[in-house]
Amino acid sequence: MTNGISILPHTQPVYGDDAVAALAERVVGALGPAVVSHAIAFGELTLVVQASDIVYALTYLRDDPSCAFRNFIDICGVDYPQREKRFDVVYHLLSLRHNLRIRVKAQTDEVTPVPSVIEVFPAANWYERETYDLYGILFSGHPDLRRLLTDYGFEGHPLRKDFPLTGFVEVRYDQDEARVVYEPVQLTQEFRNFDFLSPWEGTDYVLPGDEKKSA
Amino acid sequence: MTEHNIRNFAINFGPQHPAAHGVLRLVLELDGEVVERVDPHIGLLHRGTEKLIEYKTYLQATPYFDRLDYVSPMNQEHAFCLAIEKLAGIEVPRRAKLIRTLYCEIGRLLSHLLNVTTQAMDVGALTPPLWGFEEREKLMIFYERASGARLHANYFRPGGVHQDLPPKLIDDIEAFCDPFLQVVDDLDALVMGNRIFKQRNVDIGIVSVDEAMEWGFSGVMVRGSGIPWDLRKAQPYECYEEMEFDIPVGKNGDTYDRQVIRMEEMRESVRIMKQCITKLREPAGQGPIAALDGKFAPPPRRAMKRSMEALIHHFKLYTEGFHVPEGEVYAAVEAPKGEFGVYLVSDGTNKPYRCKIRAPGFAHLQAMDWMCRGHLLADVSCVLGTLDIVFGEVDR
Repeated sequence: MTNGISILPHTQPVYGDDAVAALAERVVGALGPAVVSHAIAFGELTLVVQASDIVYALTYLRDDPSCAFRNFIDICGVDYPQREKRFDVVYHLLSLRHNLRIRVKAQTDEVTPVPSVIEVFPAANWYERETYDLYGILFSGHPDLRRLLTDYGFEGHPLRKDFPLTGFVEVRYDQDEARVVYEPVQLTQEFRNFDFLSPWEGTDYVLPGDEKKSA
Repeated sequence: MTEHNIRNFAINFGPQHPAAHGVLRLVLELDGEVVERVDPHIGLLHRGTEKLIEYKTYLQATPYFDRLDYVSPMNQEHAFCLAIEKLAGIEVPRRAKLIRTLYCEIGRLLSHLLNVTTQAMDVGALTPPLWGFEEREKLMIFYERASGARLHANYFRPGGVHQDLPPKLIDDIEAFCDPFLQVVDDLDALVMGNRIFKQRNVDIGIVSVDEAMEWGFSGVMVRGSGIPWDLRKAQPYECYEEMEFDIPVGKNGDTYDRQVIRMEEMRESVRIMKQCITKLREPAGQGPIAALDGKFAPPPRRAMKRSMEALIHHFKLYTEGFHVPEGEVYAAVEAPKGEFGVYLVSDGTNKPYRCKIRAPGFAHLQAMDWMCRGHLLADVSCVLGTLDIVFGEVDR
C-alpha cells in the first residue's frame, strides 16, 4: 500500500481465461472505433488499434482502474513485407493490480510515422529507438530518434525481412592504415540456407552436383 | 576566473572500463563532480541474435539464449522453451519440470553471486568477488555435469531437458546447499554490514514505486521499491506453485536495499533447490525427462539402435526440426535480473518468424540517466552495479 497503489496478495493468481475475456469486453467497449480487431489466443489478449490512436489507447489502458496496465513491458516491430502496411508495432503491457497482460498492435509502413508513446510510458524511449533502428519504423514526437543497437553510421534496417543475414559490410583492423576499415562482405563459402520444408517436391535452389545434369 | 569560463565537462566512461560491466560507453556530462546528464551508448556487443534466430530452426536457436545473459544461461533458455511449449501445446514431464526449477535457481545463485560481489568491488571491496567466484565455480561444475558445458549449456529443450541428472549429481547439489548458506552468511557479515559499503550504497539511486512501473522495471528493481511482485508467485510456471519460498521486498528503493534483497533471494533459492531435490527423489519425481512422442524431443540414443521410428524421428528433428503451429505468444520468466520475456511469432514453419527478446537489463539501463542525475561521479558505477547489467542481453 505505497503511493496509493494496492497490490493483490499473491496467493490467488487472477490470471485466467475468464479474466482475459472480461478484460477484452471492457477494453473493446471503452475504446470503441479505435480498436480494429481483437483476439484471444493462448490465454493472451491481442488488440489491434489504429496507429493514430495508439497514444489514446495506451493512456486509457494505463489510467482506467479496471485495466491499470501501468507496467510497461516491451515495444517491438514485426515485418510482413507482402502486406501493404508492412510493419506491426507491438506493445506489451502488464497490470500488476489485475495480474494481466495485454498486447496492443498497430500497423504502419516505411513512411507513415506512429505517434510516440513516450508521454505515456517514458520507458518507451529506447524501445522506440530500437524499433526505428532495426526496422526503420518512424515515431512522431520522439525527442531523440537515433540508432541504438547498430554501429555508428550504420545503413539499413537489419531486422527487415529483405535485409540479408550476412549484411553488406564487414569490418577489420587494417595494420597499414592503423584504423578499422569497412569493406563489402566477402564470404569464403557461399551462404548456405537449406530448405527443409519440401523434401519431396525438391528445393528451390540447385543441390550440389545437380548443376551437372543440365550441362 | 570569470563566470563564463565555467562550463560542463563531458567525459567518456568506457567502453573499456572495468566498472562498466562489459562494453558500455557512457557519455557523462559533469558539473564539477555532479552528474548532469548520462547518455549510455549501447550496441557494442550487438550480435543480431534476433535476426539469426529467424534463420535457425527452433532447436538450433536455443543456444543463442545462453549467450544473452551469460551469467545465468539456463533462465534464458527457459523462456524460449516455455514460449515454444505454449505455442505447440507440449506437455512437459514432471521430472523435467523439477530439473528445470532446480537449475533455474542455480542460475539465480550464479547471477546474484556475481552481481552482489562485483557491485561491492565497484564501491571498493576486493575480497567479496573472490569469495563469490569460488562458489560460482562449484555451481558451474553442476552445470557442466548436467549439460557438458560450464556456461553455454543448451540444456533446456522444448519438451523437457536434454539429459537426466545422475543420482550422484543430485546428492552433490544437496551437499552444496547447507555449506553455501554459511558462505552467504559470511558474505552478509563481510559486505552488508560494512561501513564503507553502506556509505556508498544507502540512499543512492532511489527508485519510487511509480518510477519503477513506468520505466518498465522488473525483478529486484521493483522489489527494492517495495512492490511484492515476482512472476514465480504471481504467474507461476513450472513447479513454482508447489514450492515454498518468500519474496524479500525492500523499503527504501535504494541501492543498498536491492543488494540486501539479492542476498536474501539467494537463501530463498537454496530453499527451493532443497525442495526440488526432495521431490526429485520421490517416486512421483521419477520418469521421463522430455516429451515422449518424439515429435519435439529426440528419442534416447538407446532407442535409436533398435527402433526404426526413433531413428526417423531423430533424423527429422536434427535436419528439418519440428514445426510450430501458427500464432504468437509472449512467455516470461522471472530471471535473476528481472522479467525476461520472449515474444515469439510463428508462421507454421520450422523456423521462428519473429523472436523478440525482452531483456530486463535493457529497460534498467535506460534509467541510468535520471537515476544518476544529481549524484556524484563516483556513484555512477555504484548505480550501474545495482542495475545488474549484463551486456549480452542488453545488446542482444
